[in-house]
Amino acid sequence: MASFNLKINGKSRSVNADEDTPLLWVLRDELNLVGTKFGCGIGQCGACTVHVDGVATRSCLLPASRLTDSEITTIEGLATKELHPVQEAWKTLDVPQCGYCQAGQIMTATSFLKQNPAPNNDEIRNAMHGNLCRCASYNRIEKAVALAAKKLS
Amino acid sequence: MENQNKTTFSRRNFIKTSALASGGILIGFNFITACKETATPPVDVANLDFKDFNAFIKIAENGYVTIFSPNPEIGQGVKTSMPMIIAEELDVPWEHVTVAQGALDNKNFTRQVAGGSQSIRFGWDALRQTGATARQMLVNAAAAKWGIDAKDCKVSNGMIDNGSGETFHYGDVVNEAALLEVPENVTLKDPKDYKIIGKDAINVDIDKIITGEPLFGLDYKEDGMLIASVLRPPAFGQKLGNFDDAKARSVSGVKDVVKFGDKIAVLATNTWAAMKGKKALEAEWMADGKMENTEDHDNELNKLLDSNKLDLRREDGDVKKAFAEADKVLTRTYESPFLPHNCMEPMNFYANVTADKIHLVGPIQTPAGTAKRIVDLIERNEEDIHLEMTRMGGGFGRRLYGDFALEAAEISNMAKKPVQVVFSREDDMAAGIYRPAIKYRISASVKDGEVTGYHLKEAAINSNMYGLIPNFFPAGAIQNYKVETGSYNSNITTGAWRAPYTNFLAFAEQSFFDELAELLEVDAVKLRLNLLKNVQHGADDRIQYSAERMTDTIKLAAEKSNWGKTKSGVYQGFAAYYSHNTHVAEVVDVVMKNGKPTVDKVTVAVDCGIVVNPTGAKNQVEGGVIDGIGHAMYGNFSFEKGKPKDTNFNTYRLIRMKETPIVETYFVDNKLSPTGLGEPGLPPAGGALANAIKAATNQRLYNQPFDNYLNPINTELKT
Repeated sequence: MASFNLKINGKSRSVNADEDTPLLWVLRDELNLVGTKFGCGIGQCGACTVHVDGVATRSCLLPASRLTDSEITTIEGLATKELHPVQEAWKTLDVPQCGYCQAGQIMTATSFLKQNPAPNNDEIRNAMHGNLCRCASYNRIEKAVALAAKKLS
Repeated sequence: MENQNKTTFSRRNFIKTSALASGGILIGFNFITACKETATPPVDVANLDFKDFNAFIKIAENGYVTIFSPNPEIGQGVKTSMPMIIAEELDVPWEHVTVAQGALDNKNFTRQVAGGSQSIRFGWDALRQTGATARQMLVNAAAAKWGIDAKDCKVSNGMIDNGSGETFHYGDVVNEAALLEVPENVTLKDPKDYKIIGKDAINVDIDKIITGEPLFGLDYKEDGMLIASVLRPPAFGQKLGNFDDAKARSVSGVKDVVKFGDKIAVLATNTWAAMKGKKALEAEWMADGKMENTEDHDNELNKLLDSNKLDLRREDGDVKKAFAEADKVLTRTYESPFLPHNCMEPMNFYANVTADKIHLVGPIQTPAGTAKRIVDLIERNEEDIHLEMTRMGGGFGRRLYGDFALEAAEISNMAKKPVQVVFSREDDMAAGIYRPAIKYRISASVKDGEVTGYHLKEAAINSNMYGLIPNFFPAGAIQNYKVETGSYNSNITTGAWRAPYTNFLAFAEQSFFDELAELLEVDAVKLRLNLLKNVQHGADDRIQYSAERMTDTIKLAAEKSNWGKTKSGVYQGFAAYYSHNTHVAEVVDVVMKNGKPTVDKVTVAVDCGIVVNPTGAKNQVEGGVIDGIGHAMYGNFSFEKGKPKDTNFNTYRLIRMKETPIVETYFVDNKLSPTGLGEPGLPPAGGALANAIKAATNQRLYNQPFDNYLNPINTELKT
């Protein structure tokens, strides 16, 4: 068991967990931030996507104890006073079906739009390709990313 | 055509009201008793008591309305669309409505099920009647206050008007209304006056979903709860032998190890420790029956198709004679593998079994049936159960089977601790209840340019087709018609998978019709329309599809997709299918990219009657179509010595963003009672895709997943 501090959503949080515990389980089980989802545990589905220093990162494989110097943002920390434009777009277009994968989708999209604020459709499709949606709400995810890009510009 | 503002509602007392101590009114209704004439009421209907209700409307003194939605939400949108129906008849602004998942316990639930795309279809009358009854009570209360006849009052958006310039908010009269008798024979709205039904309403849980609030089964927590990671036999046909749990118990965070049946649960304070503990278990597995291979299944199913030992499911005319007299006979065989459900939220359930109570929380499509199985398993009474349903991270049929909830209850009962069973993805895929592998052999006879006979044989693992399915199209459209089925019993568990029993059948038949059209040298859409003309309306009550509605649906799809009039380089495939009481026609557009057929667009026409919530309805269709295309293209699941070859997404392929077409959905405009949409979009997709690939590449696909069978890229093909 190790004790360490993580900076999550702008706040310092102290954690007691085994050193090899992935960030996903620290967030969900230790810090009660359950918005980040467990889908596959091997970095293939994207449901567990968070931002580590602003970059979309799979949290299911990444030991949390290595992240003491990083800024971590989860879906719970994305909105400030208002919803993030990506969240707004998700709401406007009524994207989710079951909703389980959507936090990961939104985290991937926000990080992507920071790097590429004016993407074309192919770039959107490439960027979102790593996130599975079993309900196949892909059409709306694609449209929502495009709408968010418009809102952000 | 059914008349929409009259219902055949005859059951009395399905609604009861009560004044709330805090002010306002609570209206309870027994959902299942009310909505299904054939349902067995849980108690004597004439003596229903409040405890027998499973759905409620609360109207507060400020006029705001809370609707406790009775049905499980698996992503099909009923938590939004069912309350919309109540709100429409109640006549309140949708913005004043809050929707809560009905908290259920054994006293309050009777039969909530999400499955078969039936929630809206069965709920339509009951939900409207309930909303209208509540509205009438409020009007009666207002009329009494004014001393006028209720008929002279007008209602709109939660306001009652007496025609002389005076108005009451619902909230003004709600306490008086709570004391009134429940009226009978209330009038329902004319669909042309709808203000909520037919307008887009965004998913009621949207804010929670996009901000990551706890909603799903895995998000549920209780103090002292332990996570259980369960080691199950790795192969079908194995049982547990000796095991050593010393290493598992030494993992930090592991609190207990419990053997139950042929499974071992590792209980830990957190998920990671539970999963590590499970990996540290050392277990021996012993043979306990056959450990089957996919090749064995292939052989067995082929043997069934070749045999004469099939069960007759429907026979019209004389198929043998039609085939003997035919000019030509076309025979084709279609094959599909098993499919796992792969809900994004892995199976999980919370249970806390104590001396006086069984507390269960989690995602389940069949709460009542599962509760019953749990009390049987651990020998308790149903009165002890308190079951709460969470939102589900997908269902697709998998959460109809409460195996994960039974595991949680059994483990909690043995460990005497609150426990949440959490499946890893590997557990989820390997301990599945799969869509069975199926083969179809279809033959048709042709004489003088007409289809004279049709013979379909099904061979499935653990059987597939059931009920009225042998009476789906083309039953009734071809004079000599025969359906036979056979089953090979396997120890691999199988069950319902989105659009069960027809998800692959539709592909086989709709591919076959395409080839038949080619043989007859007639347009593929025209062939369907011609066949539908042979169907005599009402001649056979086993035939539930409507030739008229299917014809309109097909024509709409053909029109919107520019069928037969596309620009060069676009190849189209057509399929139409009726399932779950909804008629659907689809046209897939394929283009060649880098020598490979690529799905560009799917045009869908749907007749589901009145569209309650268009945004939700389109979402279901878009998802269903892409799901159908994804599994037809990539779904590849096989067994080696009883063990699934793939257990995670690194090797098991699901469709992803870049492979998805744009789906355009059009609804047939009518005022018929609504039917469901969770499933019907899926079955035609695979057939339409295969037919489009044929148009583009000249290759006919008979086996799924297509990706395994597509010819290598050939630059000689038309591009």
